[in-house]
Amino acid sequence: MKIHEFQAKELFRNAGVPVLEGIVAKTPEEAVAAYEKLGGKVAVVKSQIHAGGRGKGTVADNPDQRGVVVCQSAEEVQQAAAGLIGKTLVTIQTGPEGKTVNQVFVEAGCDIDRELYMGIVLDRAVAKPVLMVSTEGGVEIETVAEETPELIFKEHFDPAVGLEGYQVRKLCKKLGITGSAAKAAFKFMPAVCRFFVDYDCSLAEINPLVITGDGQMIALDAKVTFDSNALYRHKDLLELRDLSEEEPSEVRASESGLSYVKLEGNIGCLVNGAGLAMSTMDIIKYHGGQPANFLDVGGGANTEQVTEAFRILLSDPNCKGVLVNIFGGIARCTTIASALSEASKGVGFNVPLVVGVEGTEVEEGRKMLAESDVDIISASDITDAAKKLVAAVA
Amino acid sequence: MSILVDGNTKVICQGITGNAGTFHSLGCREYGTQMVGGVTPGKGGQNVEGIPVFDTVEEAVQGTGANASMIFVPPPFTADAILEAIDAGIEVICAITEGVPVVDMVRVYEKVRASDSVLIGPNCPGIITPGSCKIGIMPGYIHQPGKVGVMSRSGTLTYEAVWQTTNLGLGQSTCVGLGGDPIVGTSFIDLLKRYQDDDQTEAILMIGEIGGSAEEEAAAFAKANVTKPVAAFIAGRTAPPGKRMGHAGAIISGGKGTAEEKVAALEDAGIVVAPTPADMGKAVTQAIANG
Repeated sequence: MKIHEFQAKELFRNAGVPVLEGIVAKTPEEAVAAYEKLGGKVAVVKSQIHAGGRGKGTVADNPDQRGVVVCQSAEEVQQAAAGLIGKTLVTIQTGPEGKTVNQVFVEAGCDIDRELYMGIVLDRAVAKPVLMVSTEGGVEIETVAEETPELIFKEHFDPAVGLEGYQVRKLCKKLGITGSAAKAAFKFMPAVCRFFVDYDCSLAEINPLVITGDGQMIALDAKVTFDSNALYRHKDLLELRDLSEEEPSEVRASESGLSYVKLEGNIGCLVNGAGLAMSTMDIIKYHGGQPANFLDVGGGANTEQVTEAFRILLSDPNCKGVLVNIFGGIARCTTIASALSEASKGVGFNVPLVVGVEGTEVEEGRKMLAESDVDIISASDITDAAKKLVAAVA
Repeated sequence: MSILVDGNTKVICQGITGNAGTFHSLGCREYGTQMVGGVTPGKGGQNVEGIPVFDTVEEAVQGTGANASMIFVPPPFTADAILEAIDAGIEVICAITEGVPVVDMVRVYEKVRASDSVLIGPNCPGIITPGSCKIGIMPGYIHQPGKVGVMSRSGTLTYEAVWQTTNLGLGQSTCVGLGGDPIVGTSFIDLLKRYQDDDQTEAILMIGEIGGSAEEEAAAFAKANVTKPVAAFIAGRTAPPGKRMGHAGAIISGGKGTAEEKVAALEDAGIVVAPTPADMGKAVTQAIANG
């Protein structure tokens, strides 16, 4: 689960990670009021969307309007907020369709001496979280990793213990941090590592992390993603979820316990198991088609869930045909078969439907399908199924 | 021979009194697995269709001589269940449960790697030595005793691969579902070592997917250490970056973990890569023919 920058900063503040004063605003008027409240000097107006690259990103119909604007006056704040709120911001991470800006974060300015990068992710290769820092703050870390990987410094840490003192010393030395800034690092770095563990993050990124003229360390940005498997023990975080940032059909699917990702093609896929679902997409593409989605109904899917899955697929106007590929393990073929008849009664299939089933209770499942009044194109195997459906929607 | 489990393996189920635990314990017993017991705290002394239930894994081991466990407990309790199995000296621990928090697995991973236990999963279909021992949720009838060692990060895609090797008359030595999470107990490399040393295994099929670098690491290991024919398939060639494809581990991030990179690494190691999921069995035949 992703959250907004202003929400992440509030959590940071409570966890002892220094951030600047800031106020979220949903209208230009609120933005101006926030600016006055912050002291009316220098302020930064930052669009709040669930994507990075906002500083370099521009508004769809106004290439001069950047996603982050430094302002010196109330007029400039008003202008920036009006240019962003309600508009579509396109950044390197949003894709060409962009994301709608519903609110901006008005943040006090500060005296920046250096811009660094800090990020924590799980390093799968060693099964431990890793703290990464770099002297190259404020730019795309992917670019740094590609071009100058020697400028990224890493320290793995044990979640139970956190970041050790010697690790902070090593990183400070490599980053060239001394004096009061180094003193600040001894609080800052372990605090972010502890935050990562305490909140079950899958990503915590601060880019840029700044050192001010008077040697303070401040998180100028905050990008946090939580491990959705751990949200059951962080009920307070659920309130921070912003459904308007998510694809409506994906939200609907997740409410039914389905794993669904909308794509650009026209062949709907209903599969059990993530690996089989991915490779069903692959084989459709291999035979010249384009998948409309990834959809894994999961291991223990019941009739209701599978019926809802069909509804979601068929509600996509781009969907010109549906390929069902089930290999029953936990899921039983009979469940899919009865869901198919239910769905055809409830929603009706107005597009070609190819069904392949194998596995647990396959004989009964096939018999049910044959006896149902659903119009199904039968296929001998997955290749045959993909070819037939690609031909049917062409 | 086979790897990890065989007809002598004695299995308990942690979480046997839940719906899935009961259903699949009975399914495993029906397949011929020695299902000797189950564990559900507070339900010791009961039985599930004749399978005795114990309060703790320690008691179950003392009472039955079990050396393997199949875990079906809910995600918040899975890490603890695995730790309990390690503590009781269970040799093969198979965690089927999906949705275990990653931070929990960091803790478990360290413990299990420092122990003599082998952890398969979590978020996996289990392990099966066809005709002898099935621990997990896979449909038994698609398997056939034979010569291909099958290992995979996916569940149902494994069934598809198994079904193809059965239909080609190759059969399987032992099939292992590693699990679809970012941290799992056993890696492709762990199993490559075991398959290489196993007499029954004549060829190896590795089924990977996008995300992480486990396939690249396995390719490098196989190039240097494995003399048996190896075939592979990578799911997710068409997956867009940044979107999680169901499995917590299946996500292309920062341009890393793409199918192209993995296929290139595998082919560089002389591994035959199936172009589509329909060709996994054929790829094994090809790898065997290549020698």
